[in-house]
Amino acid sequence: MDDVMIKINKATYEYKSLIDDSIQQAVKNVDIEVKKGEFLVILGHNGSGKSTLAKLMNGLLLPARGDIDVMGMNTRDDEQIWNIREKTGMVFQNPDNQIVATIVEEDVAFGPENLGVPQEEIRKRVDEALELVEMTDYKTHAPHLLSGGQKQRVAIAGILAMRPDCIIFDEPTSMLDPSGRIEVMNTIKKLNKDDEKTIVLITHYMDEAVEGDRVLVMEDGEIVMEGTPREVFSQVEKVKSYGLDVPQVTELAYELRKAGLDIREDILSIEELVELL
Amino acid sequence: MLKDITIGQYFPGDSIIHRLDPRIKLIIVFLFIGSLFFINNFIPYAFILAFILLIIKISGVPLSFIVKGLKPLVFIILITFSINIFLTAGEVILTIGPLTVTKEGLYFAFFMGIRLVFLITGTSLLTLTTSPIALTDGIEDLLKPFKKIGLPSHELAMMMTIALRFIPTLLEETDKIMKAQMARGADFESGNLLRRAKNLVPLLVPLFINAFRRAEELATAMEARCYRGGDDRTSLNELRMDRKDIVILFGSLVFFGLIISSRFVMDGI
Repeated sequence: MDDVMIKINKATYEYKSLIDDSIQQAVKNVDIEVKKGEFLVILGHNGSGKSTLAKLMNGLLLPARGDIDVMGMNTRDDEQIWNIREKTGMVFQNPDNQIVATIVEEDVAFGPENLGVPQEEIRKRVDEALELVEMTDYKTHAPHLLSGGQKQRVAIAGILAMRPDCIIFDEPTSMLDPSGRIEVMNTIKKLNKDDEKTIVLITHYMDEAVEGDRVLVMEDGEIVMEGTPREVFSQVEKVKSYGLDVPQVTELAYELRKAGLDIREDILSIEELVELL
Repeated sequence: MLKDITIGQYFPGDSIIHRLDPRIKLIIVFLFIGSLFFINNFIPYAFILAFILLIIKISGVPLSFIVKGLKPLVFIILITFSINIFLTAGEVILTIGPLTVTKEGLYFAFFMGIRLVFLITGTSLLTLTTSPIALTDGIEDLLKPFKKIGLPSHELAMMMTIALRFIPTLLEETDKIMKAQMARGADFESGNLLRRAKNLVPLLVPLFINAFRRAEELATAMEARCYRGGDDRTSLNELRMDRKDIVILFGSLVFFGLIISSRFVMDGI
């Protein structure tokens, strides 16, 4: 029990449709356990319920049925909600819409200020967080002058300054250019490996999903596939049936196999394929 | 045109004026504005002028920068000037058609003109030497005592911060939408005033919709970062007054006290 970070127990999220007042289910009866230190990836195309699931994990939304426990604290418990949000930080898609202050370091300080952390401690945390995302040189800059990747790293620093154990990333790279995506992905990997943060990454980029320890595929509010990236992506046809792609190199290996070449079906990186051929 | 306005702009620097506690600066500016309305003679104006020039000198803000800031307001100053010059009753010294210029009017026009120029330079010196953040912190702190009577000081300060944060973002977005509409044949530059105002509708609608969407996302992000209003909040840059701040505050109290009391010992014009 102790090594479970987030436990989602038969959670269902409902909302009323704006069109015909019918009850829609964005998340249906989902069971997930996120382990401490794990790098979990949730894949799914638009409207599959993955962002709703993320918002359920830190109590921004409450389930209609079922329970979500973060380190043993239930998200329905009003007394614990701020502790839950302190422990599970969340980084959103649009970096512009999550930066509050006009100076980078002021923004990073926003979280700890809300928690009532004493001043010297805030200063220490801000410097540490900026160091971790390699943005120390920009600490007195105005956020709107930074690139997308840099802004997103500032947003990550803002979360880190609250000292969370788990960080949920809701499509953090979907509004960034390729170099920004690489910057942010490297930061996420570093946080997981070096700082032992639990990571939940929601994405629709397959090459990012490959970095995870475990992949969940969501479709229509339900978990339809689960396993290591290798297990999931080796089922090329099944992944494609959910409107998702497999990584390019996996696709190539798959096509080669179909064409009669005798190679494994669970290729995830170019190096692997090169070695095999 | 937008670029010419220096009111509200910050001129970064490291002078004593820049480092002065923003609360003290705000108090001094209020004293300054207040005392301007007490002055009834040109002699205290000379002291005020000396005071402003001294601050400009110490702060290191170039004089040309401040003069440039007055430019967009020349129109207002001119209107005040001409209203006063023509509409004050008294000893007539010049008549142009139906308009008469009186001696008193001339005095008064100069008097009001100078007052306006001082008002503008004084207040723009505050924003020029105080970063928006320090200014908001200062305002929040000064308004704190009024919280008891229901004034939401923290919320006001937070609104100011967010407004300042999003001005450049929204300007950028306006530019983007404008170009997108222009690419599809929208015309923002020709036609009369009414026509042009009408043409702005396809610009304003998406801008507003996006602004609301941004606001919603920002609110969610703030909640995810444990924002729950101003109570029990700490701050990265706590305002602290040291001896220098107190000395300057005391000095200005004496200075403006003397300026204000001049009204009661000198003859008015």
